[in-house]
Amino acid sequence: MTREPIPTTNFNWTFLRRAYAYLRPYWKLTALAYFLALLITGLSVAIPQFIRWMVDEGIAGGNLSLLTQAVLALLGLTLLRGLFTFFQGQWSEVASQSVAYDVRNDIERQLLALSFSYHDRTESWQLLSRALQDVEYIRFLTGRATLRIVDAVILFVATAVVLFTMNWQLALLAMTTLPLITVVGLRFGSRYRPLSLAIQQQLGVLTTQLEQNLRGARVVKAFAQEPAEIERFDAENEHWFALSARAARLDSLNSPLMDFIANAGLAGVVGLGGWLAIRGQITVGELIAFTTYLGQLADPVRRLGIIIPALAMASSSAERIFTILDTQPDVASPPSPKRLSGVRGEVAFQNVSFAYDGSGPVLQNLTFTAKPGQIIALLGATGSGKTTVINLIPRLYDPTAGCVTLDGQDLRALPLDELRQQIGIVLQETMLFAASVRENIAYGRPDASEEEIIAAAKAAQAHDFIVGQLADGYDTVIGEKGTTLSGGQKQRLAIARALLTDPRILILDDATAAVDVETERRIQTALDTLMQGRTTFVIAHRLSTVRRADLILLLDEGRIAARGTHDELMAQSPLYREVYERQLE
Amino acid sequence: MSFNIGGGGMRMGPRGALRDFGQEEEGKLFDGRLLVRMLAFLRPYRRRMLLAFALMLVATALTLLSPYLMKVAFDQAIASGDTAMLVRVSLALAASFAGLYVASAGQRYLLSWVGQRVLTDMRARLFRHLQRLGLGYHDTHIVGVTVSRVINDVAVINELLSQGLVTLIGDLLVLGGIIIVMLSMNARLALLTFSVMPLMILATYIFSRRARVAFRQTRATVAGIIATLAEQIGGMRVIQAYAQEEREAARFERANAANRDAHVAAMSLSLLFLPGVEFLGMLATAIVLWFGGRAVATEEVTLGVLVAFLAYVSRFFQPIQELSRLYTTLQSAMAGGEQVLRVLDEQPDVLDRPEPLYLDRVEGSVALRSVNFAYRPELPPILRNVDLTIQPGQTVALVGPTGAGKTSIANLVARFYDVTDGAVQVDGVDVREVAQRSLRQQMGLVSQDPFLFAGTVADNIRFGRPDATQEEMEEAARLANAHDFIRRLPQGYETEILEGGVNLSLGQRQLICIARAVLADPRLIIFDEATANVDTVTEALIHDALARLLAERTAIVIAHRLSTIRDADLICVIQDGAIVERGTHDELLARRGAYWRLLQESGVGDGRV
Repeated sequence: MTREPIPTTNFNWTFLRRAYAYLRPYWKLTALAYFLALLITGLSVAIPQFIRWMVDEGIAGGNLSLLTQAVLALLGLTLLRGLFTFFQGQWSEVASQSVAYDVRNDIERQLLALSFSYHDRTESWQLLSRALQDVEYIRFLTGRATLRIVDAVILFVATAVVLFTMNWQLALLAMTTLPLITVVGLRFGSRYRPLSLAIQQQLGVLTTQLEQNLRGARVVKAFAQEPAEIERFDAENEHWFALSARAARLDSLNSPLMDFIANAGLAGVVGLGGWLAIRGQITVGELIAFTTYLGQLADPVRRLGIIIPALAMASSSAERIFTILDTQPDVASPPSPKRLSGVRGEVAFQNVSFAYDGSGPVLQNLTFTAKPGQIIALLGATGSGKTTVINLIPRLYDPTAGCVTLDGQDLRALPLDELRQQIGIVLQETMLFAASVRENIAYGRPDASEEEIIAAAKAAQAHDFIVGQLADGYDTVIGEKGTTLSGGQKQRLAIARALLTDPRILILDDATAAVDVETERRIQTALDTLMQGRTTFVIAHRLSTVRRADLILLLDEGRIAARGTHDELMAQSPLYREVYERQLE
Repeated sequence: MSFNIGGGGMRMGPRGALRDFGQEEEGKLFDGRLLVRMLAFLRPYRRRMLLAFALMLVATALTLLSPYLMKVAFDQAIASGDTAMLVRVSLALAASFAGLYVASAGQRYLLSWVGQRVLTDMRARLFRHLQRLGLGYHDTHIVGVTVSRVINDVAVINELLSQGLVTLIGDLLVLGGIIIVMLSMNARLALLTFSVMPLMILATYIFSRRARVAFRQTRATVAGIIATLAEQIGGMRVIQAYAQEEREAARFERANAANRDAHVAAMSLSLLFLPGVEFLGMLATAIVLWFGGRAVATEEVTLGVLVAFLAYVSRFFQPIQELSRLYTTLQSAMAGGEQVLRVLDEQPDVLDRPEPLYLDRVEGSVALRSVNFAYRPELPPILRNVDLTIQPGQTVALVGPTGAGKTSIANLVARFYDVTDGAVQVDGVDVREVAQRSLRQQMGLVSQDPFLFAGTVADNIRFGRPDATQEEMEEAARLANAHDFIRRLPQGYETEILEGGVNLSLGQRQLICIARAVLADPRLIIFDEATANVDTVTEALIHDALARLLAERTAIVIAHRLSTIRDADLICVIQDGAIVERGTHDELLARRGAYWRLLQESGVGDGRV
């Protein structure tokens, strides 16, 4: 089995810059947060000085009123720093959450705008999870991560200045340990992050495997494949363990190492500082202040090592996000579309060819015309191109060559939304939303009146079951409280939905899911109502449909193998007769 | 405070994901029996755990030692100007830090190692157990929930077992040690310093209570975002076809805004808490400095004690916070542990008897003798007194309305369930006498909903015989009429099947399932015919492939299509759990009984029953 290599991290400044650009609308909040960073650093640098002062002047000097003042000042400064820290965190959080919000909205709009050729190429769930996870990295980048880096750098510089002013020898010793911590942290972080990502991925593999095994429990048992399944699960499980153990080793060697370096610095400061104190070159208070400074620098510096590799992750996240956002929808409204008015419903295919990205042609040189009000039946095997033909009409895809026209106008010259409003689609697999029955019916026309909705439901033979069988009638929320609809009921709701938009062009699949005879009759009646007076394209499964079609297109490997009415084709096409007989026997 | 959209959760699809994010299980805080059973998982690694514990003791001691050494440095070296002493103390300090590094690195590594090992073991054990459980279990449990048990709950238990318990002991030791050392250095100053502790505990308690609620809210809003997106991706065709992009975008923005606000709110809490803790820490420092400073001035305590106190105070609060985190861990581990153990306690309802018979290649006769069956004792019986004998090589079509018991008959022959009364025999042997594995190796299943596993087309065809050669596999595909379309797929047999088989049509999936059964070359076939429509040409291919699969084999067909039924050697009409009519198509038509009525009702013209 091949395994994905452990990903490496690389910076890409272009994408990072674009990610930061999302902060622009929130620049005031961001600027304030960074300004507070300066104040907080100032306080952090001042506090140990108070301690020194207190030790040297108050305690050693025996000035007790000074001690009281200093202690109160210390508390006051800490309180102030806490307040600043709160607002800094709050503002930066609001800004970065707003960035995440904006990025998510952009991704969402892009997903809605992208055409089906994109959705085909990409596994939607994968796309989605990636994008959501990536947004979290962007949020981290624009929020806490950058703030912490800036914080740490400012604190480092300020502390360095103060320490060197106090005593340069001791300062030199104290400050050398800090870059060392950063280096160790960086090395650790850049190796640990990708490893933890690999562990996450492996857990995903494990989850998929388990889920597949459970869903296919019947097949696994029927083919007595439990031992093989266990073997496969074990292999992935052990691989997960190997990765995790590696991460554990890396972590246990490095995290305490950073503590050790900081502590070693402390031991050095006590040693050298003690010697200096004995020689009277520094006071005891200064020595204590030194150790306090070291203590409060160790943490931010240590975090740098963890954050910087995370930035690299954020940069690859940004790259993935912007790749999505930069994708041009290949089906889009023209810049200055011709308005649609008084559509008659004549649809023509002129020398249309189509190929999905990177695969062989699906349609080759199709030419036919559907006159207004005609029924066009599409017949053919799986993969013969029927679905592609109907996908081209609402421009879910554009043809690779040739053109599709509506009333003589190339579809690509028409406004996309108006075009689609002229088209109703009812397929065998019905998609309903987790909303009320009413909202589902009115999906294409949210402003429809109650009367119109009921009229559509009646015409679609759905009114009776909505009122009679559903708990809250038209207000029943689909999918809630175990409200499940049968295949036949869903289909009738889809028909009502299509009826309500009163489209000029209709695309449907006349198959009915497994339903009883009565339901089937009702669906047929509803479909008949729906077809009246509209140009209709039917993926045909039934003889009755084929018989009344004005034009039958028998597709074979993307070409029209035969065309005509039922009677004509029965007389002329052996292939059609074969299909016909197979269906009816 | 990042919410973790783990790779794992996402792959489960909307339902699995929602369950992970939305559901928060609160268990009993403490259940001793549960804990003992969970601890048993640590048993194989007890040596490592003991070593880790010993290292922890060393680390704790060294942690307590360093402030004391600082005190010595200040009081005995610096104050008295003893340089040699200063060198010794500094070296001792450095050595104790080095020792601390070794001890804590070792302890950390051992604990993580054991933790991951136990996690791996638990998952492996759960998986094995799930393979043993009968279909009865799988029918009644949602896949996403079971997945969550194996992936998430197990991880929570591990957190408690490996990290939590040791942290608990370690923190208590550190806390106790600091208290003792401080008290022995200067009792009055120590007690004054401890006065901050109740405030600290109170703050931590209040915070963790409110934080739990706030973070739960963030998880719920994440679930909201995922649910919205999932629905939109599923319904993309409808959204675009009805030009409703704007409305959907607005809907998403609402979920998105709720998520942003919940996160900001939760963050505000943390942002309040951390400076609060810092302030309390400074309060303790201030107390040390003020009282201590006065005491130093009056020479009641030495400066070194003051320095040591300052160092101890800074180490004081971390264990308290750790302990409060542990409380949450304990709570969720108890809930998780209960769920995991419940799965492990589940008894398989179909069990091999001790020393079962092993079937060699069977002739293929099947008999049901006065079979009664109910899925669970409290449910009404599904089958009543069914007698049916099938000769080797015969095809029997079961027809009848939904819920009549057709599938149950097939399930009993495969021994997915055991009969309530009566017996099922294969080659004259009661299936309960036989090892399940040896029975099922004789059996092939083509189910109504053609289930394909994630993996390549080839993997799926090979499922029942992983060691089949490429030629054998392609031959099976050819017999199943699947070879031609597979070859036309982008990567042929190596094409990856996407989750749920969405990149293949229903008909194609059925053909692959038939190829899978052909390759396994079973003596017995259970075929559950699909009710959904596939196009006429594919339908013909399936029919043709099926004829080849069923030839020479004993077959039980749950049939919906007239063509399939007509080809059967024996047709059984099942109604209300009983066989009401049996015979060939012609015989039954002539009889004008239940079969005839069934055909009339269903409109023979469409060829479906």
